[in-house]
Amino acid sequence: MSLQLERVGRTFAGKAAVQDVSFRAEPGEIIGLLGTSGCGKSTLLRAISGLDTEFDGLIEINNKKVDDIQKTTGFMFQEPRLLPWLNVLDNVTFGLEGNREEKKKKAGRYLESVGLADSEKLYPKQLSGGMAQRVAIARALATSPEILLLDEPFSALDAFTKMQLQDLLLEVWRSYQSTMVLVTHDVDEAAYLCDRIIVLRGQPGKVEREITITEPRPRERGSSEQAAYKAEILASLDLTTDTA
Amino acid sequence: MAKNQSEVSGVFTTGSKSQPSTIKPKSPFTHPLLLGSIFPALLVVVWELLSRSEVFPAYQLPAPSVILETIVGMAEDGTLWGHVGITFYRVLMGFLLGTAAAVVLGSLVGFYKHAEALFDPLIQAFRSIPSLAWVPLFILWMGIGEPSKIAMIAVGVFFPVYLNIVSGISGVDRKLIEVGKMYGLNTFQLVRRIILPAALPSFLVGLRSGLGLGWMFVVAAELMGASQGLGYLLVVGQNTLAPETIIASIVLFAVIGKLSDWVLKKLETRTLHWQDRAAKS
Ligand SMILES: Nc1ncnc2c1ncn2[C@@H]1O[C@H](COP(=O)(O)OP(=O)(O)O)[C@@H](O)[C@H]1O
Ligand SMILES: [Mg+2]
Repeated sequence: MSLQLERVGRTFAGKAAVQDVSFRAEPGEIIGLLGTSGCGKSTLLRAISGLDTEFDGLIEINNKKVDDIQKTTGFMFQEPRLLPWLNVLDNVTFGLEGNREEKKKKAGRYLESVGLADSEKLYPKQLSGGMAQRVAIARALATSPEILLLDEPFSALDAFTKMQLQDLLLEVWRSYQSTMVLVTHDVDEAAYLCDRIIVLRGQPGKVEREITITEPRPRERGSSEQAAYKAEILASLDLTTDTA
Repeated sequence: MAKNQSEVSGVFTTGSKSQPSTIKPKSPFTHPLLLGSIFPALLVVVWELLSRSEVFPAYQLPAPSVILETIVGMAEDGTLWGHVGITFYRVLMGFLLGTAAAVVLGSLVGFYKHAEALFDPLIQAFRSIPSLAWVPLFILWMGIGEPSKIAMIAVGVFFPVYLNIVSGISGVDRKLIEVGKMYGLNTFQLVRRIILPAALPSFLVGLRSGLGLGWMFVVAAELMGASQGLGYLLVVGQNTLAPETIIASIVLFAVIGKLSDWVLKKLETRTLHWQDRAAKS
């Protein structure tokens, strides 16, 4: 499904959080939203998801204006947001339809790929932060949404798990050709996963640059091409003076 | 080192679930039942001794053994079951009635803004009336029989249950509701799959405090006029100058009140095992 934003902005109580954001995502494209914290990335995702309808501008999915929640859109929130009264398995099956056995099988598959096959019976209170986030990823992927919104999905994970799950995300993307909008802080992640990166800056956040990554997949994490893209992204964020 | 620690914590904590029970050497001296019985047992022994040595005059404070004899005596001649039964019946009926009303009104007010504007001010105004003040009016309306007693108990039960349902429903985390919305749940499904389970802890707290008030109100109702029941025993004891009857009745109130609360508490731990609460040590 294609996704189009035209001059989208959002104002909270007279104060603009994000302004004038336009971009188009073709079906199956992975768009990265990159920017410092507070520049309105989560706000944009909420507008696309239909949870927030008070934004300015126009958002279209498949060239049809949306101002409501779409069943075909999946959202992985910045926090895991697991339902505390359901165990891990039931949390993953929460949004699935069909008979119980099928749901369990499907959820089990995704739990296995996030490395939690033997934690099915645990309750959220028994999970570490990273485990909870992996359950949330399994839950978001299990419904195989046509548009998948991901708000810093891997931020609470260690480097190894993070790489593993990035590859899982790409695997899901290959089978379902979901259109994805991925919010991230992580320059490596953006360069590795995205087809296009929209760099937001400032408060209110505005589009600073759009960087297209033409490198074909599978990409190699340490390659010189990746390094060049990362340098370009970093330069556009203009963080060099801060991080030095 | 790890083994060592688990032994140490086994001594100082009573029920930490994280450790497998097989390696935890549970000390019998820290069992909660035992710890909790130390002071009551001591009190009863001292009381018995003081009463036997006639420091407390028997016509004011009879010995625990005398009170136990009174209860056993009532059990043997069969009057005990009638008293306990009718009191329990009144509390149960009042509790069910008050809870039912609270569930209906509480859900309306919790879910619908308009219902809140419509009912809540009135309910809050009624809440500020001490519930016992209704007694004469209820007796006037419904006579001295069962209906007025049950109505009183129901009024006592209603408020805590109502307040907890309303706060439970309106306190549901907006973020969890959003999760449900993203999966395309309609209002009914949202209520069933997210709001009700999330409001359940608060509802159960309401039930327990409602039940506590129910026991309080049954005493008041039976003191006003009854021909049977534990509250009636209190009156009888007073009129016949029999403190052992009064204290026996008090003990029975304590026991069945505690038992009924224990049932609700069991229900609570069963249904709320998922809650992430701090364990005391
Ligand atoms: N519901 C809200 N009410 C008021 N201000 C908000 C709300 N949500 C976000 N904001 C503000 O909008 C700005 C952008 O927030 P957010 O989108 O969460 O940033 P990011 O996800 O990029 O870190 C922040 O200044 C934040 O304070
Ligand atoms: Mg954010």
